[in-house]
Amino acid sequence: MKKLVFLLAVILIIPVSVNAEVKEYKLENGLKVLIIEDHKAPIATFQIWYRVGSRNEPVGKSGLSHLLEHMMFKGTPKSGAKAFSKIVQKNGGVDNAFTTRDYTMYYQTLASDRMGISIELEADRMQNLTLDPKEVLSERSVVMEERRMRYEDDPQNSLYEEVLAAAFESHPYHWPVIGWMSDIASIERSDLYNHYKAYYSPDNAVIIVSGDIKADDIIKKIKALFGSIPAVPDRKPVTSKENEQRGERRVSLKREAELPYIIASYHAPSFPDEDSYALEVLGTILSGGKSARLYKSIVYEKKLALYAYADYSGLHKDPYLFSFAATAAPGKDIKDVENSFYDETEKIKSTPPSEREVQKAKNQIEASFIMGQDSIYFQAELAGMFEMIGGWKLKEQYLEGIRKVKPEDVSRVAKKYLNEDNRTVGILIPTKKQGVRSEK
Amino acid sequence: MKSNQSEAGSQKSERIQRLFTIDFRLLTLFLLATVYCLLTTDVFALDVNKKLLNNGLIVLHSEKHNIPIVMVTMIVKASPLDEPKEKAGLANLVAELLDEGTKNRKSSEISEEIEFIGASLGASAGGDYTTITLSVLKKDVEKGFELFSDIVLNPVFPQEELDRKRELIKGSLKQREEEPSFLADRAFKKEIFGEHPYGRQIEGTTETLSVINREDLIKFHQKYFIPNNAILSVVGDLTPDELNSLIKKYLGSWKIAEMPEKQINPMPEEKTKKVIKIEKDVTQANIIIGHLGISRDNPDYYAVSVMNYILGGGGFSSRLMQRIRDDMGLAYDVHSFFAPGKEKGVFQAGVQTKNESANTAITEIIKQIERIRKEEVSDIELADAKAYLTGSFPRRLDTNRKIADFLATIEFYNLGLDYAEKYPSYINSVTKEDVLRVAKKYLAPENFVLVVVANQKKAELKY
Repeated sequence: MKKLVFLLAVILIIPVSVNAEVKEYKLENGLKVLIIEDHKAPIATFQIWYRVGSRNEPVGKSGLSHLLEHMMFKGTPKSGAKAFSKIVQKNGGVDNAFTTRDYTMYYQTLASDRMGISIELEADRMQNLTLDPKEVLSERSVVMEERRMRYEDDPQNSLYEEVLAAAFESHPYHWPVIGWMSDIASIERSDLYNHYKAYYSPDNAVIIVSGDIKADDIIKKIKALFGSIPAVPDRKPVTSKENEQRGERRVSLKREAELPYIIASYHAPSFPDEDSYALEVLGTILSGGKSARLYKSIVYEKKLALYAYADYSGLHKDPYLFSFAATAAPGKDIKDVENSFYDETEKIKSTPPSEREVQKAKNQIEASFIMGQDSIYFQAELAGMFEMIGGWKLKEQYLEGIRKVKPEDVSRVAKKYLNEDNRTVGILIPTKKQGVRSEK
Repeated sequence: MKSNQSEAGSQKSERIQRLFTIDFRLLTLFLLATVYCLLTTDVFALDVNKKLLNNGLIVLHSEKHNIPIVMVTMIVKASPLDEPKEKAGLANLVAELLDEGTKNRKSSEISEEIEFIGASLGASAGGDYTTITLSVLKKDVEKGFELFSDIVLNPVFPQEELDRKRELIKGSLKQREEEPSFLADRAFKKEIFGEHPYGRQIEGTTETLSVINREDLIKFHQKYFIPNNAILSVVGDLTPDELNSLIKKYLGSWKIAEMPEKQINPMPEEKTKKVIKIEKDVTQANIIIGHLGISRDNPDYYAVSVMNYILGGGGFSSRLMQRIRDDMGLAYDVHSFFAPGKEKGVFQAGVQTKNESANTAITEIIKQIERIRKEEVSDIELADAKAYLTGSFPRRLDTNRKIADFLATIEFYNLGLDYAEKYPSYINSVTKEDVLRVAKKYLAPENFVLVVVANQKKAELKY
């Protein structure tokens, strides 16, 4: 798990390609296009980001955005049923998509001379999705299987759902992106159609193309195929806000599992809040590798946990969470793991970290920006993640903000957010079973 | 085995994803195509320099000056194939402990120094070899090489670190028993390979871990971590002169030694049909069906790649996916792969479906395996498979990290540095007859091992 911890740190920090040049365009129908030329390999990636995620779903229809994402691969009258991925693959490309709380992203990575295929397919499915009722039923079952695989049969993921549901009461971050099982089962074609019509339009989307392409050629093709798609004038904004938490909340989950597991989450502001930079540095000091505080203290010295990490998820549209998680080592008490989290937070509240520790965190963050440029997909994704929360240019601001963080700032944000009344704690309590094995 | 490595990668990314609760339409798409995962290519020549040093170390170097980073991959030919079965997990422990203390540095000093420069340094054992990697900014490349060389050449395996790591591995083996896919995979491998090292968990077991001592680690390291048993691959912002002086300075003291004798690991006989049911209180049955496959040097590798792409390796283009997911709505993920290693690896098809659908899914998988053994594939299927396999190469080598790993791997499997250029012709020469022939030869729907982790009462298996 320790390797995971490191990767997490890198990903959290994700931000900013140091100097990749982004060209920005806006079509009359509101479609924004960002193009990043990078000629190191003869490939390119096409990404289209829609500003719709589980945050935009009505009560009782959780999972709607994600199921719609699946349906986007089920064809249009022009491309035919289920042909999308086949077309991409036989051109040597890969495609996929994912849904988050705030947005839905589709991408293809192809030889750069075949970007036209992406542009045609995406322009077509932005306006002409078939949504065949029979396919809806079938894909609904697929998503229910996905839910079984990722959550129902995975105790640690189930606990995360419990913690989110307890931490958020009035904001739609309360429900999981994949949706509750009974909600998924209730989604009809008409729900999907209305969601599609409301959110899949050029003024609610951003296209990002990066790789071995010429910006002038690409924008011409995009204008030709997306230019005539009409905007949707009135879209209701999400107005829900989370109430201030005034007291610790605790949830427990009893499941067939091997080891106890804990998640402790605190409400925290998202980027570009002025505290977000120090929170990012705080997360890295606590959890950026084997020399970071949590691993050193809880895993290495006290041997209480198999792994322990902190995760500040600052790249959300609305305020989200600063979380801790750990799996107890066999025979260890999860209570001791929990208390040692709090020992670490108290320590950093009362004594600012050393200059060197802060510098290390900054170096890790900066290095991960530069390493991130190794991948054209990642460069595009980075621009997209910032675009979704306010604008791709924020990524420059991000690094500047990180550079300015001082040791006292780290202590200050720890004091401000990592306190008991702002905390939701979830504990997985394993129940025992006996595996029976039979053969024939 | 390459499959092991790509699976490990995917588990990591899946874990990360958990936290973000991002739901991919199909997370495992890349994994599905294991057979050709690392080794595909097009008319895309890599500019590579190969040198054999006096101490026997093979050095591969590709200059890429577009980003100020350097990616290093070293393969050491040391794996479970070289460990005694009663000490299973030895190769992995050695890898895991390389950065936990050297002649010059304590464990905490290594992590502090490497993390201070924002670099990453890691080692892991796979089925066929051990990999040590370094990712570092150009400006810190001296420091990076110094640490890299220190952990490869001078680890001391402190007793205290061994004890700590052993307990962590034991704990994580226990924790993984929560995962139905882990239970299924472990039982499947064990049944297929019996005593052969490919049948083990790379980490070993609680029992074998308990009997490994510090002396074992030191000896294993002395015996296998020698320059004439290793491949070094470096890709990034570094000139040949710069690399030469780094190697001289930091790997110059690495002395050639007698090549270790290779342990003989007899491959078990082909099995007859066997069904293993594992009870677990889950909503989904986790199913693996398969048998022995091929080794990486089998000349039929390319025909098998095409055949498996059509059967279950080609993501949404594969027959298994089209039938079981798209038409029947039975599963989120269904796939098949061959995992060819230095020695024969497995062929396996896998699916997760609600307990009640287990029989239907298994029947359909067997039906598709039988079909590809009976009928020729269509012209379109063949053309699409070739187009994907040949056309997807540039994307697979689109980062310096991927190129560094690729170069080391093709050298390890003796594929030749021109492999990238030759691969399309290997794939394009595959005919429909070849596909049918290899399907008949390497798929055995009558003699499979079937593992089902499920709520057995609900699954009511008829197999």
